[in-house]
Amino acid sequence: MKTVISAQVATKPSVRADDLPEHETPWQEFVRIYQKDRLALAGFFVLLALLVIAVAGKALTEWWVLFDPEVVRLPDKFFPPLSSPSPDIAASDRPLGGLYLFGTDELGRDVFARMFQGSFVSLSVGFVAVGISLLVGIVLGGFAGYYGQVKLGVMTVDTLIMRFTDAMMCFPTFFLILTAVALLPPSIYTIMFIIGLTSWMGTTRFVRAEFLALREQDYVTAAKALGLPEARIIFRHMVPNALAPVFVSATIGVATAILTESALSFLGFGVPPPYATWGNILSDGKGFIFDAPWLFFIPGLAIFIVVLAFNLVGEGLREALNPKLRRR
Amino acid sequence: MQRVILLVIVSFMAHSIIHLAPGEPSEVDPMNPRMKPEDIAKIRAAFHLDDPLYLQYGYWIRDLFTGELKSFKDSQPVLPKIWDRFLNSLPLFVVATLLVWTWAFPTGIYGAVHRGGMYDRFTIFLAYALISIPGFFLSYLVILWVAGWLGVPVISIKTFGMDQAQPVFKMMDRVWHLVIPSLMSALGGVAILSRYVRSQMLEVLGQDYVRTARAKGLEEDTVIYRHALGNALLPFVTMFGFLLPGLIGGSVIFEQIFAWPGLGRLGYEAILSRDFPVIMTLNFMAAVLTLAGTFLSDILYAVVDPRIRLQ
Repeated sequence: MKTVISAQVATKPSVRADDLPEHETPWQEFVRIYQKDRLALAGFFVLLALLVIAVAGKALTEWWVLFDPEVVRLPDKFFPPLSSPSPDIAASDRPLGGLYLFGTDELGRDVFARMFQGSFVSLSVGFVAVGISLLVGIVLGGFAGYYGQVKLGVMTVDTLIMRFTDAMMCFPTFFLILTAVALLPPSIYTIMFIIGLTSWMGTTRFVRAEFLALREQDYVTAAKALGLPEARIIFRHMVPNALAPVFVSATIGVATAILTESALSFLGFGVPPPYATWGNILSDGKGFIFDAPWLFFIPGLAIFIVVLAFNLVGEGLREALNPKLRRR
Repeated sequence: MQRVILLVIVSFMAHSIIHLAPGEPSEVDPMNPRMKPEDIAKIRAAFHLDDPLYLQYGYWIRDLFTGELKSFKDSQPVLPKIWDRFLNSLPLFVVATLLVWTWAFPTGIYGAVHRGGMYDRFTIFLAYALISIPGFFLSYLVILWVAGWLGVPVISIKTFGMDQAQPVFKMMDRVWHLVIPSLMSALGGVAILSRYVRSQMLEVLGQDYVRTARAKGLEEDTVIYRHALGNALLPFVTMFGFLLPGLIGGSVIFEQIFAWPGLGRLGYEAILSRDFPVIMTLNFMAAVLTLAGTFLSDILYAVVDPRIRLQ
């Protein structure tokens, strides 16, 4: 008898709890909204796979050489995908598994190994470039937003930074990148830096706008009242709250950087050898479009899929981080 | 006034970006044994390359505004050179822009009105695909499969040796040469713009005044095209401002692919031969066009939107 009563008592509150919406952490909420977009979810898995491929590509072509992208096998020029090496090739120069998975190029190099190595290089060009542009954008935007009213001689910090941003935005980005890349010594780092240093303007404007809004928030006033150092208020309290739109534009920025790199390669100003990137494999392949179409189509499709995945993920993030769509 | 100051900053940056970079015009051909040090010195003196930067800037501005500015490469005056190429780029730019704007709007509006339908989902995915594909990769595919099959010319602005032909044939030849290049350079823009149009329309369609218009019993077409579209169009007025500079910067790749003798290629050739005056002037002009464009769109915005008043 006693047990029945206690069971009834125990079930009562749980009935009430059903009427309330279940408690969700912001992270769970984000995941729930993000998962609804099937394209974005697919993009996320593609990027996850790409990350694994890129790291494996770095490891297996440079540290523990299973696939050597630099072996030149002149008898094996322009072998189509899935063909085996000719008998003249020394055993040490044969590709892994005795098969050219993606065929060979004009020097008999294994295209699969080159693509494998290039996945890391292409991705790191994108990430480093975006990292630089984020750094510049957040620092400048943060200064303009937080210390905007401080006077420096005749003008405020805000005027100074935003006029400079406006001036940078006046130049056509691609032409500017092209000019700078052509005049500086060719190197992969130059390209990363220049793509990064010509694409921070959007981030600066976002961060400044967010900071201007956040300055007036109560929790910032509270943090000031507690006597926290300014650096801590900015980096610990304000930056994380200003980051949502920046994160979205960063994801799409990586996609843009990969496309820019391939466009530069097309014009002959891409990442110089010995680095293989998808961009320069593609632009080298365009000369053999009739004789060896795989040299053109494989890198082209790879770039397409990866950039598509970045764009889809970026748009999915934009939806999921958009406060207007929450709680519906 | 602010714009004038910005213009001066921009001109200064256009100049210093080029001159601070380590490449020098006198180094274009360092392996040529006939280039003696005296010759290089003579060249450097002729182009004022030994003067301090602010003097070089002064010379550049003076020459630019008196029209005396000469190319390093062939000593031709820069402004007529740019003007010639500008006339070549103009038809490509105009046709591509018209394509973008006349194509993107119906696509985006239809997608927004029939949200979630087959057509909407298909165009959204297509737009993503077009944004993600490298422009030159797609152009090559089109050249390979479409141009050969349809027999549309894809090289340069006109067929060589057509100068003697009847004006009608010359015109037709020009038009056919425009088809593929303008289409290819428009596609990316269509993809981007139609997505903007769609999201803008969706936002407006959710507004209360659209519900009011429906509640009044207006026809669906009137609601969409008069009440919703009119308001959805407002932000696109500002996008006119970003159109103009595309004339110079946006076309490098496509002019290169289709051997189109336009401004983008002029810039590319100038970069290859370290032709500083041409590069600087092009960069500067692109910036001026941007400023002019934003100024124009501010005025247009005030004209279109009665809530905004110019001071």
